[in-house]
Amino acid sequence: MKYSYFPGCSLERNASAYHVSAMAIAEPLGMEFVEVEDWNCCGATEYVSLNLTASYALIARNLAQAAKETSTKQLVAPCSACYLNLKKCDAYMEESPSLEEKINLALAAGGLSYKGGTLKVRHLLDVVVNDVGYDAIAAKVTRPLKGLRVAPYYGCMIVRPKLGENGTFDNPEYPTTLDKLLKVLGATVIDFPLKAHCCGGHMTQISESTGFELIRRLIKGATDYKADLIVTLCPMCQLNLDAFQGAMNSHFNTNYHMPVLYFTQMIGLAFGMDAASLGIGTELVDARDALSKIGVEVPEAELVVKKPPKEALPMPSLPEEK
Amino acid sequence: MEKERIGVYICHCGSNIAGTVDVAEVSRWAGEALKDRGVVVSRDYKFMCSSLGQELIQKDIKEQGLTRVVVAACSPHLHEQTFRNACKEGGLNPYLCELVSIREQCSWIHPDKAVGTEKAKAIVSGGVEKVIWDEPLEPLRVPINPVTLVVGGGIAGIQAALEVANAGYPVIMVEREPSIGGHMAQFDKTFPTLDCSACILTPRMVEVGSHPNVKLFSYAEVANVSGYVGNFQVTIKQKARSVNTDLCTGCGICQEKCPKKVIDPVFEAGLGYRKAVYTPFPQAVPKYPVIDRENCTYFLKGTCKACEKFCPTGAIDFNQEDEYFTFDVGQIILATGWDLFDARRIPQYGYGRLANVFTSLEFERLSNAAGPTGGKIVLRDGVTVPKSVAIIHCVGSRDKNYNPYCSAICCMQSLKFAHLVHERTGAEVYNFYIDMRTPAKGYEEFYQRLLEEGTHFIRGKVAEITDAARYPGEEGKLIVQAENTLIGKQMRVPVDMVILSAALEPRHDFKEVARLFGISCSEEGWLIERHPKLDPVATMTEGIYIAGCAQGPKDIPASVAQGAAAAARVVGKIQQKEITMEPIRASIDQDKCSGCRICNNMCPFNAISFIEDRMVSEVNPALCQGCGTCVAACPAGAISGTVFSDQAILAQLDGLLLNNVKAIDLTPA
Repeated sequence: MKYSYFPGCSLERNASAYHVSAMAIAEPLGMEFVEVEDWNCCGATEYVSLNLTASYALIARNLAQAAKETSTKQLVAPCSACYLNLKKCDAYMEESPSLEEKINLALAAGGLSYKGGTLKVRHLLDVVVNDVGYDAIAAKVTRPLKGLRVAPYYGCMIVRPKLGENGTFDNPEYPTTLDKLLKVLGATVIDFPLKAHCCGGHMTQISESTGFELIRRLIKGATDYKADLIVTLCPMCQLNLDAFQGAMNSHFNTNYHMPVLYFTQMIGLAFGMDAASLGIGTELVDARDALSKIGVEVPEAELVVKKPPKEALPMPSLPEEK
Repeated sequence: MEKERIGVYICHCGSNIAGTVDVAEVSRWAGEALKDRGVVVSRDYKFMCSSLGQELIQKDIKEQGLTRVVVAACSPHLHEQTFRNACKEGGLNPYLCELVSIREQCSWIHPDKAVGTEKAKAIVSGGVEKVIWDEPLEPLRVPINPVTLVVGGGIAGIQAALEVANAGYPVIMVEREPSIGGHMAQFDKTFPTLDCSACILTPRMVEVGSHPNVKLFSYAEVANVSGYVGNFQVTIKQKARSVNTDLCTGCGICQEKCPKKVIDPVFEAGLGYRKAVYTPFPQAVPKYPVIDRENCTYFLKGTCKACEKFCPTGAIDFNQEDEYFTFDVGQIILATGWDLFDARRIPQYGYGRLANVFTSLEFERLSNAAGPTGGKIVLRDGVTVPKSVAIIHCVGSRDKNYNPYCSAICCMQSLKFAHLVHERTGAEVYNFYIDMRTPAKGYEEFYQRLLEEGTHFIRGKVAEITDAARYPGEEGKLIVQAENTLIGKQMRVPVDMVILSAALEPRHDFKEVARLFGISCSEEGWLIERHPKLDPVATMTEGIYIAGCAQGPKDIPASVAQGAAAAARVVGKIQQKEITMEPIRASIDQDKCSGCRICNNMCPFNAISFIEDRMVSEVNPALCQGCGTCVAACPAGAISGTVFSDQAILAQLDGLLLNNVKAIDLTPA
């Protein structure tokens, strides 16, 4: 099946492993992705709180760009924030003719237009479990994730809020699709009570201690349940739990070690793919010990230190650094 | 056709009408402008519904020789009967009196007196045109069968059955489960008096079981209903008990010897076991057990027969089949009760995942001295006594995601639970409520008692119940997370046990019940009463009454009151020996009917049947309630309603549009 694909900024940088693994499993799962041409920022979580109409116009530009693709009306976003923003904007435009009119006024400046409801905005997980289906996935498993205890972690944005009647593909309070998917892959899935709790979002930037506390709860929860690793589907969640785990540990004087991988990486591993080809090894909390349980070898990540060329001029130094 | 002599009466209704309608002007106008249409007298009066007002009409009928009467006053819902009776007393056929509303439809909704007055004139004019078409009618009289069917053997049905039976009339009671008793039989204590539920219920059950006027069918269902008020035919399906009740003595040896133990999802709410041959509880009425064929080893594998072997009277009968009995009954009382909300629908509360989250019905069994733990309040491991218990109110109630309504009993039930936990375990109890609702005799006092007992009350809807410990002291506990809205703070309360006060919901098969008995139910599925305030136990179908939680969530006193009220209505009707029915009925012109059968399914009272050999539909006048649905639906215009014929309605419209007085000067004098 063919889909328009909206990677969003994180999949180009910190969540490149998510992108790489999604592309790697696309072919065996029979999914074809066409990247939206000249896409822009989805506004993340911040812009919506500053200027609603302008932020929806920003999002709608992506919808308009995606709607140009005639071969499919399905728009897939792997990032939960992008997914929610695109979906919200589409739903609200369909619901409110006045919002649609204002947004189209803005889009017209760039020669674009969009009608709410034209595209069906989907999360990558939704497409994988509902379009491809558990049976088709199970049929491709060659290396079951047997013996691996995983904590499925959905975060907040994938199933909330419930938009419209058919707004969510899973229970908004206690989703289970990822649980089922991981079971199909052969893993031991813990009934993770914190599965839809907050990862801290951008709190690490605004109020460090608040952010660390939210991260601590999740990491502690998964550790208490004796999970080997957390599996997620959102770049923001992965970033918070993975990249800030060290800082959180030093903040609370704890010593947690909980690797955080994407569900696409888990699918790839179960399909027998090579760890490196799935971007495994780029996570900051080392997943090697956990993955060795299922016989996956992770090559030592090469530390790439770019040496400046000989011709390079020295960097400026700021006064207080002296 | 000789011209009718019409009297028009405009009511002031104090200032209700006279405040925004110039009643004297309307009266004057009607007398002059509608003279050509037959109006011979037109008056206005302060209160037409008073005795003096009615006498005014009667005097005119006699002295002026009126043949038609139009009263312009309040809605026909209120006083149509009053004025019809007044006309009847005055010697005029009551159906030649027309009541038009110039209050609800005019004076109350128009602030402008000039506008109100003109509209009142139009309404009166419409009434005059319609009354010309009215025909004298005689009410229908049908004899009434004194036998009453009571469906449902819970406390509401038991009360209704006993009231009717004690009045000396025969009752047939049908109960789906093997024993009567309903939900009340599952409870240990009743609020607010804390008297033992079984102790007050079982004497009533015994009385039903042994009453010479009550014929009890348990493990049975109503399969079919036909006929109409006074003359229903009901078919009862007696499910095969596999026990011959003529031989069975109820000794209980079969239950003792049966090797198959199964979880009892009904009486024990899934918290206890029963055998494959069982009576739900020791005081069951009737005392005869049933064999649960889905679980019985003999029915599954063809061997065992332990019960047959040990039965001292040879009462076990594996070959018994379902039986059908048909009875003539005059009236029906539905007391079909309620189902418990499935708490798994709120996954964040963990029911079904977290072992020590219980539903309210489970807790009733847990605290019941005859329950699976002998009344010991313990965790699901069966031994550990909880040191702290949280009780969550409004689970599935007052929540637009599930049920918008208040389940009415949960606050008091939760208080009762809190008291029982205190009394028997000494545990700390936390009640999480949205609002405390204790509005009945002795209820608020019970709440005060609980406050004094030291129960913690936290006002806030619970966000989630989790076993994920966040802070020291939470390990191994269930943590209840909620916002305490009185102090505006989030709270995490670690407890050993959580009780969910789950909503009362309509029976899962409410649609089937409503269809079978030809009555309607609300959007949620509660059976609808004829009037929410003034007629709470009758339904829109004559002869069918509702009582107890089938009508809406309510506690035991209210269910009993409704059961008794329904019985009083039934007995009152029986004592009249025959029923007078409004002659407002639809009739089908056999020559015009094309036999399309559109009306057949449209009729909410199942009053229209199709006559195969003549290929036309026919209305049963005793079933028809005169609602007019079929009249409007008939594509051939073959159906007309008495009092609401097409001609009469069109004439009334002409009148409303003042087409009848075009030639007359309308300017006020």
